[in-house]
Amino acid sequence: MTSLAMTPAEVRVAAQELMDDYGERIDSNRLEEWLDLFAEDCSYRIMSRENVEQNLPVPLMMCTSKNQLRDRIVALRRANEYNLHYDRHVIGAPRIRPTDTADLWTVEASYAVFQTTLEGQPRLFSVGRYTDKLRVEGGTLLICEKLVVVDSFSIPTLLATPL
Amino acid sequence: MDDPRTIPNHGDAPPVHWRRNDYSRIPYWLYHDPQIYAQEQERIFKGPTWSMVGLEAEIPNPGDFRTTFLGDTPIIVDRAADGSIYAMVNRCAHHGALVRREPRGNAREHICIYHRWCYGLDGKLKGLPFRRGLKGKGGMGPDFDMADHGLPQLRCESYAGVIFASFSAETEPLADYLGPIFRSHFDRIFHKKIRILGYQRQRIAGNWKLYLENTRDTYHGTLLHEFHTTFGLSRITQTGGVTMDQRHRHNLIWSKIGTDDQAQYDAVYKEVRDDSLRLLDPRVVEVKPEFDDGISLAICAIFPNATVHQIGNSLATRQVRTMGPGEFELYWTLFGYEDDSQEMTDHRVLQANLVGPAGLISMEDGEAIEITQRATVAEMDDCSVIEMGGGGKITSLDHRVTDIPVRGLWSYYAELMGIEPEGAER
Repeated sequence: MTSLAMTPAEVRVAAQELMDDYGERIDSNRLEEWLDLFAEDCSYRIMSRENVEQNLPVPLMMCTSKNQLRDRIVALRRANEYNLHYDRHVIGAPRIRPTDTADLWTVEASYAVFQTTLEGQPRLFSVGRYTDKLRVEGGTLLICEKLVVVDSFSIPTLLATPL
Repeated sequence: MDDPRTIPNHGDAPPVHWRRNDYSRIPYWLYHDPQIYAQEQERIFKGPTWSMVGLEAEIPNPGDFRTTFLGDTPIIVDRAADGSIYAMVNRCAHHGALVRREPRGNAREHICIYHRWCYGLDGKLKGLPFRRGLKGKGGMGPDFDMADHGLPQLRCESYAGVIFASFSAETEPLADYLGPIFRSHFDRIFHKKIRILGYQRQRIAGNWKLYLENTRDTYHGTLLHEFHTTFGLSRITQTGGVTMDQRHRHNLIWSKIGTDDQAQYDAVYKEVRDDSLRLLDPRVVEVKPEFDDGISLAICAIFPNATVHQIGNSLATRQVRTMGPGEFELYWTLFGYEDDSQEMTDHRVLQANLVGPAGLISMEDGEAIEITQRATVAEMDDCSVIEMGGGGKITSLDHRVTDIPVRGLWSYYAELMGIEPEGAER
């Protein structure tokens, strides 16, 4: 790329790739690399659909800075205990739209996350929708805001790995 | 109206062989047996107990309702026109259909969609279509009395804005059931008007009693939940203790942050703890002082289905909804106070990260309960060993190196279930 700016067509391709990377890095347990997809001033929130509908602020998981997101991953690796599992994201085709701000895009996609035990038993773990704000920064697209609204908000067992 | 307590008994469960009379050995089959489960629904959830069914702040206006569960029974809790609160079984008196299907709302009456039987906010049957037939044909018989066919009523009482319901006419008044220790804890947490901040739910594939044990087990807290200890929120070296009521049905675990020093902590935890962790953004564990007594962690468990917690500045109730011997839903209601500043509300919302299914210091409980349920199913005749703090007498303590409140829970459980061993510790 000769310029650090991206054309709308390039953004659309990059947004699809970003969504693919997002699911792949979680599913292959590369969470430290998953962090690289976020901007430094990012926020990350997992909300139950029932709280969103009632306009209630309580999240299931919320990081208001990238350092909080890093802390989550360190805690997951070194402090928390959770059900041992594989994740598998199935992310629908993203809907990509520009915003009024240059270089800021909104991307929405429905997702399903299947969890499989280390004995090979699968279950549908979570289903919901992503609403992301992406920003072009230095020729790449980064997540500056990720909102995961969970339809299946009665969480089976527990929620440790990000969705 | 039929007394709900006349629901036929499902038959007594098989006798329990307690190996010790102080409940330091709990047979694993009690977590799995369907007859035990049926008897629990009868003698505990429909027995002489008060179960938490909601908070007054959730139904502030006349007509506001919430659907919930008391044990397995679907319940409607609502506020009538005169401001009084009612709890009733959410099951149409005609054909047994669920009357209210929504989790919440505001209405003037509750109407069953099946045949449109209509109930008032007090649960009384107000009307039904074709009651007198059509053109002189059909309709209900002449002896049909509307007064006999309301939604079964539960006794309903509040303390400090927390709503409880009971199926049993024999249950003592709620204030007596809570007793002075737990009334004063409710007065402490609910000392001013609360504001609901949101809900979290978790479905755990384990027996409900494993969760009741968990909320009375101070021993696991700082070992399973490493985040707690590593970041200083709760350590067993801090000043703290466990307090039960006379009959050991309720339990309060409490501790005060900042009352231990690093040397004490290092001596206790250095063998089990990786102490190199530091949060890059420690706001999530910051405790803003708000209670004069200095208590920073209080887990208050009210038998059989309620917990009220204060973990730093996270305040919440937790309701256990039983779903058969091998499953329950944990329903968390997080709140703050109406007069909280925006900054304090934001802080409580951030500390929602500590609790619930994704809680940095609570997620482990879901896993601990499920692995216990899974591994005990093949060892029904074996039993757990509850001896931390010693066996024998069941008492409150000024430390937390103990399992004793778990034995207290079982002693009251066995009494209600009518399965106490000879010479049982109470």
